[in-house]
Amino acid sequence: MKIVVLVKHVPDAQFDRHLTGPGNTTDRDESILSELDEYALEAALQLSEARGGAKAGNEVIALSMGPAGAVNAIKKSLQIGASSGAHLSDDALAGSDAAATSLALAAAIRYLAADAPVDLVLTGMASTDGETSLVPAQLAERLGLPQVTFASSLEVNGERVVARRDGDAHADTVEATLPALVSVTDQINEPRYPNFKGILAAKKKKITALTLADIGVDAAQVGAAGSLTAVETAEARPPRTAGTIITDEGDAGIKLVEFLAAQKLL
Amino acid sequence: MAKALVFIDNPGSALKKSSLELLTIARSLGEAAVAFNGELHDDVAAALGSHGASVLYRPSATDLDDYLVAPKAAYLAAAVAASGAETVLLENTADGKEIAARLGVKLNAGVITDVVGVDADGTAHKSVLAGSYTTTAKARTAVAVLTVKPNSVDVEAPAAASTPEAVTIDVPADATANAARITGRAEKPASGRPELTEARIVVAGGRGVDGDFGPLEELADALGGALGASRAATDAGWIGHDYQVGQTGKTVSPQLYISAGISGAIQQKAGMQTSKVIVAINKDAESPIFEIADFGIIGDLFKVVPQATEEIKKRKG
Ligand SMILES: Cc1cc2nc3c(=O)[nH]c(=O)nc-3n(C[C@H](O)[C@H](O)[C@H](O)COP(=O)(O)OP(=O)(O)OC[C@H]3O[C@@H](n4cnc5c(N)ncnc54)[C@H](O)[C@@H]3O)c2cc1C
Repeated sequence: MKIVVLVKHVPDAQFDRHLTGPGNTTDRDESILSELDEYALEAALQLSEARGGAKAGNEVIALSMGPAGAVNAIKKSLQIGASSGAHLSDDALAGSDAAATSLALAAAIRYLAADAPVDLVLTGMASTDGETSLVPAQLAERLGLPQVTFASSLEVNGERVVARRDGDAHADTVEATLPALVSVTDQINEPRYPNFKGILAAKKKKITALTLADIGVDAAQVGAAGSLTAVETAEARPPRTAGTIITDEGDAGIKLVEFLAAQKLL
Repeated sequence: MAKALVFIDNPGSALKKSSLELLTIARSLGEAAVAFNGELHDDVAAALGSHGASVLYRPSATDLDDYLVAPKAAYLAAAVAASGAETVLLENTADGKEIAARLGVKLNAGVITDVVGVDADGTAHKSVLAGSYTTTAKARTAVAVLTVKPNSVDVEAPAAASTPEAVTIDVPADATANAARITGRAEKPASGRPELTEARIVVAGGRGVDGDFGPLEELADALGGALGASRAATDAGWIGHDYQVGQTGKTVSPQLYISAGISGAIQQKAGMQTSKVIVAINKDAESPIFEIADFGIIGDLFKVVPQATEEIKKRKG
């Protein structure tokens, strides 16, 4: 089985995050592998291992798009267990919106499928920075694949993908045939950590560097130029400040109701 | 006149407030039309008319719900073409955003999600990076696709009702060709409380409830609010995952958010920090939730919450 897992290098949510520059793009200085992508990687590794792993010809390729630093997301994925990586990096990609991102990633996936077809594209449910969830659905549309998104469980039986998808009013069982695109939620598994052996092994694994020319995409189709939306203004919201804090002395419930009444919230 | 198309995925037996909000925005942009799928009840059709829908588009196929989003996007693309709409408005749900995503590719249209306001010129307002920035964004394309959060505008109806024209849209023959099929559906029991993302008041509990959401349910009911939870509480299986508020749960922006027994990790705050008023009840004075609370109580939720519920009941008589 050949699985491509999308891994994004995103600003660490533990720190303050900023928009910078004329395009109001996200500052990526303090970035990490998106936590939500770890679930997709884990799902890929489990599928590969259940089929005999790399020895049996299974491949898990970690694909990332982004500036030089994004290679760290790939390295971490290799340490965790991906078999190889691909890093799409090109100055022209800066400032890409979901449409431009999905266009470039679709081309990169086609490139990776040139030697042998890709059976499964796995992604996280959303990036932890943009949080739009647009890219998985747009990739499926562009690649003509069935989309099985927000999967909280995943099985592949032969050519058949079976997943569970939790909605508000109901939980659905969703089925598709391979090749398919699957995005997974944080309910699907417990991602593993890299261990010492994995960290050593990662050093020998291949990372293919890709540019727009390699994947046959024109610079005008991506980046700010190729994006279909533009952020016009961005204003930092004043941080919330703490209000009144009281310690319960047996009447805090009543004080709470007085506060709600004063705020006209009752 | 500019045209805007509102997509309503299964209007059901009564229109949701969020659908009426979308229609209000559509009318502020120009002529409003509706594309729906599923059944259309007479009173829902009348309500759409009284909220200014000029045309009601329906799909030629009845099996769109049997597949995951793809055929709905194909139908909607055909409806956009038929209507000549420049703006398409959808709900900001998981399905809504994904239909928007695919529609964007089909129409080469810019997609903006999590919108909380739309100006007459199509400029969309949203907040990003877990509420730490407010931004305006615009589609640079002939058609703009926007998914709008609930409670973004006050619902207004036009002075005169319209009698919408009914038009059937042919769903493209290949719409289901590469779509994932929904083969099983387990309905979840309805709680009778308002829907979490739309509720004016949310009472949320975390690990501190120690398996017992009872006191929070009573407070939520006394306030007419919805119940929410942290991931620690949903992971423990004390309450369904669909109650989770936060980065990987729901984003809520109610008038009042009461957080009880929740520490206030960044991933939890991501889902609630745009709430108008935040109340926190936590035993630990060092909990980060107190940094953003308008009213914080250092105390045991099992004492504070029932007392508050009693007091509210007393006041409401
Ligand atoms: C990728 C990722 C995504 C995540 N997404 C989310 C998400 O969407 N939503 C989310 O909530 N979390 C999310 N998390 C988890 C998050 O980091 C925290 O672990 C979680 O929010 C903790 O939940 P909690 O506050 O209920 O539990 P804890 O952090 O254990 O806090 C429990 C609190 O209850 C208090 N307490 C205990 N007993 C009482 C009592 N009797 N009365 C009053 N107070 C009491 C304690 O003082 C403590 O502050 C995510 C994590 C990751 C890595």
